Formats: sequence, structure tokens, C-alpha cells
Amino acid sequence: MNAPLPLNVTSLWVQSLPATVQAGFPSPADDHAVTRLDLMEQLIKHPQATFMLRVRGDSMKDAGIMDGSVVLVDKAIQPRNGHVVVACIDNEYLCKYFVQRAGRVRLKAANNTYPDITPKDGQTLEIWGVVVASILQHKC
Amino acid sequence: MYALVDGNNFYVSCERVFRPDLRDRPVVVLSNNDGCAIARSNEAKAIGIKMGAPWFQIEKLQDELGLVGLSANFPLYADMSDRMMSLAAGLGHRQEIYSIDESFVDVTGIRGDLTERSRKVRARILQWTGLPTCIGLGPTKTIAKLANHIAKTAERKPNMYPSHHAQVCNLGTLSKPELDALLQATDVGDVWGVGRRISAQLIEAGVTNALELSRLDPATVKARWSVVLERTVRELQGMQCIEFEDHPDDKKQIACTRSFGQPVTERRHLQEALTEFASRAAEKLRKQNGHAGQVLAFIRTSPFRQNDKQYSRSAIVPLPSPTADTAQIAEAAIAILHTIYKPNFKYAKCGVMLLDLQPATRHQYTLDLEDEVLHNEARQRLMQTLDGVNKRYGRGTIKLASSGTKTQRSIWQMKQERKTPSYTTSWDELCKVRT
Repeated sequence: MNAPLPLNVTSLWVQSLPATVQAGFPSPADDHAVTRLDLMEQLIKHPQATFMLRVRGDSMKDAGIMDGSVVLVDKAIQPRNGHVVVACIDNEYLCKYFVQRAGRVRLKAANNTYPDITPKDGQTLEIWGVVVASILQHKC
Repeated sequence: MYALVDGNNFYVSCERVFRPDLRDRPVVVLSNNDGCAIARSNEAKAIGIKMGAPWFQIEKLQDELGLVGLSANFPLYADMSDRMMSLAAGLGHRQEIYSIDESFVDVTGIRGDLTERSRKVRARILQWTGLPTCIGLGPTKTIAKLANHIAKTAERKPNMYPSHHAQVCNLGTLSKPELDALLQATDVGDVWGVGRRISAQLIEAGVTNALELSRLDPATVKARWSVVLERTVRELQGMQCIEFEDHPDDKKQIACTRSFGQPVTERRHLQEALTEFASRAAEKLRKQNGHAGQVLAFIRTSPFRQNDKQYSRSAIVPLPSPTADTAQIAEAAIAILHTIYKPNFKYAKCGVMLLDLQPATRHQYTLDLEDEVLHNEARQRLMQTLDGVNKRYGRGTIKLASSGTKTQRSIWQMKQERKTPSYTTSWDELCKVRT
């Protein structure tokens, strides 16, 4: 194991040319290899935890979430004050602002014609996931 | 050291992610044609519904006990499985996906407390996907599987095993007396690889629990029972005998068979069904880049309808040269149908199997060389186009005309009256959320 290893002294061919060697003017873009922007990559941080749900109702319209929008819901994110969340109350999924004050949780609409929802005694409120984006497709 | 990560009542758990109203209720998922229960919630188990219970027998429990029966929603389960598997893979460095709801993960050499690590992965899968799992750890696959059984049972039936083994059970770090006590509390029939018949024989021979099984002499077991049981005994003793398969081999045969939603008597309906199944099978074959040398097709009546006249027949035809061409495979299946079909029977099932599979790279040409090469290339491009279009615009966008039109198809198509939407795989069926 401690014996010195002989160096390989034969010469070595090194290919240092670019793959294309046509004689024309080299493309100035060669040094700027690019990856085109990927919307999914931007929107989805936790692919295994992200689900798409279809919105019904207009109580979140001031937050830009319209009737018919698709919301991207990430279940991996811990909900914090001010997040838009999907909550489960009385076995139904609701999309609202998550408001937490002094340990009490409220669900708040983004449309002042709708009242806040505070879980009553015996009612459980569970946060299913946090809305990270909403997509509204336009007619075309 | 191996971990087995297994989804609890997997199909039911997938349904509950999108149907919170199904929590705390007895729920079963039904097999093809809504025949019998293939998955049960804990509540359904608690009211005594057995695995495989026929729906017509338990249907009445809907009103009596609030039972819910759902048609299997495989697109949903496949997507949820994929999410679960990719999170489970984070537990170790190699993964063998064993079935839709369980995978072995090799955690050999991973430092730190494996039990703690497993609890974290379990919590992550639960939070990220909404799916509850149990994780069993052990030095062999059989012990990991046993640990998983203990983790699951300890959660569901608190008196069977000590409660700290619930959800995550690590049999790799226990003292000998602790391990022996757990093995002793486990029925021999609950050991992986011990089937019902062998288990009855073992009990007769006085071997009733896993501890007693693990203390048998492997050579005797081999002589008296089988090599398979010998392997199980050695694995229980801590010797790895079952290989870890993280690169599953290509399938040796491909089958596509289905029971009909209602009995079928006419040849043209069987022809439609066989064409459809042949197309599916050919598509699977192309996915693994293979060719088939032979095609088997069968038709049969239902053995459960004892008042019906019974008929069951299959035949195999060799293909002129190995191929993955949908049209050629369907043609072979239809040729078989024409020879085996008899009128006036109520057919309940048919299917196509592709045999003698080989890599597409190997090809035997007939003498008429040049023409065939050109023709094959053209057909291959056609099949690529077919798969491409069907992938992009949905299965069945382009298909063989002999598989029939939609209205006719309803005659032989599966009965799935209780299926929930494909929440994660179809834009039109997304789960609704009210604002």
C-alpha cells in the first residue's frame, strides 16, 4: 500500500474545441446558455404537498381570488397570521384569510359583505393547507 | 437495516383527503364493478366488515350504521401513492416500491436515531399529503414487515402490543427479551410469507407464533415445508435472504383483463372489449420498450352465477414476428375470439395477455428484408404518434375502430357508480373550495 505509484507519462489528448466547429461566425449566445422560466417551478415549492382546488364564491374577491379560480394549496406550510388558507370546518373546505390574535383563530373574508367566522364551542377548525397562488384564466 | 413504510387503509385514506365528511365513518372501497370490499376504514373493520365482503351483503349497513361504499378511484390512488413514495424515499438511500401503498427503504449506515427519523418522515407524509402511515424497521425485510404489522396493530388495537410501538416500531434496537415478547405476541399467520395453508400446518405442528417459528431449524423447515418458508425463518433470525429490488425488472408478461358491468353475449361486444384490452396491453408493452412474441386471449362466463351455463376458453397465437403494434396485437386477439366464441353464453369477463416478451432492440427479420424494415419503421412512428396524441389529449383519443363507440361500450364497460372525482388528475374534476 505504501509503495509509490508510477505516474502515467504517456501523452494525453485533450479536446478543447466547442462541439460545433463550422467556420462561420460563432453565435454570440453560446456563452449565455439559458433555462426558460418555468412557472410551475416558481409557484410550487413542495410538489408532493401541493394540490389544486377550484374556487366557488366571491368572498375572497378583494384578495384577487375569483369565482372559478384555481388555487394552489401547499399543505407543507405552517399557517401564519395573514395567510390565505383552506380551512376545514363542519366537514367543508373554506378559503379565507387566517387571522390569529391572542391565541384565537378567525377566518376572515376579503369582501366586507361577509362576516368573520369564529369556531363555536364544539366546532373544530382545521387548516388543510396554505394558498400560495390563485390562477384565473381569461377568455381567449 | 430496512424500513417498511405503509399507508394505513390506503384507498380509504386517499378518499378522506378530499372528503372530510368521510372521517370517523365506516368506509369501504369496492373492487371493479363495485363487487366487494378491497379497502376498509378502521370504523368499517370495527363493525365487522371483512376483507373481500361482497357489496350486496353489506349494502344494508348504509342506513343502519352509516356505511359508505365507494368505487375504486385508481387515478387518485396512483397520484397520492406517488406523493407518498417520494416522501418515504427521503428516509434512506434506496427504495423498493413494493405495491401501491408500501415501499421498503434501505436505511443501512444512516446515522442517528432511526426511530426518531422515521417519526419525522411519518409526520411529514401526514402533513404534506394527509395520508397516515406506519413505519416498521428491522434488519431484514421480513422483520421490517413484522415491525410494520406491530406498528399498525398497536395503533388500532391498543391491548395487543405495548403502545409505544404504535405508528413507528423499530425491532432493530430492542433487547432480546423485548423482541422475543413481541414475536411471541404475533400469530404465525401474520408473518410475511406465511400463507393461510402453511399457517394451518404450522399451528397443527405446534408452531403458533412468530417466536416459535423463528426458533425452528431452517434445514428441517426446508425438508418438511419449502425453501420459501426456510427463507422466512432465516430472515426472522436476522439473516438477509430476500433481495432488495430497487430496479424492478421489466414485466415478464403483460395482462389486461376486466369483468364486465353486465353479462355480454354478443360477439361484437366481446370484440370491442378485447380490442380495447389489446390496445391497453400494447401501450404498456411500448412503455417498457418491449416486443411480444405471442398473444393470449380468453373469454369466460361467471362461476358465481351458478344457474348460467358455464363456458371458459382461451387460446394463444404466435405473432408473425415479435411486435408492439396495437393493430397486430388486436388482430391476433380478435382472431382468437373468432375461434373460441360460442353464442348463447352470458360472458362475464375477457382479457388479453402478451407473452414471450423481449426487448424491442432484438429483432428477427424475415427474408423480405428491405420492405419490412421500411414498413416496421413506419409502423413504429405510427405507434409513437398514437401514444403521443393519447398522452396529450387523453386516453382513447385515437383508437382502433373495432373497440367501438362510446354508446355501445357502456354495455361491457365497468360499473363504477360510486366513484369520487379524479381530484388531482382531471381539470374538470378538481375538489371544490368555497370562499
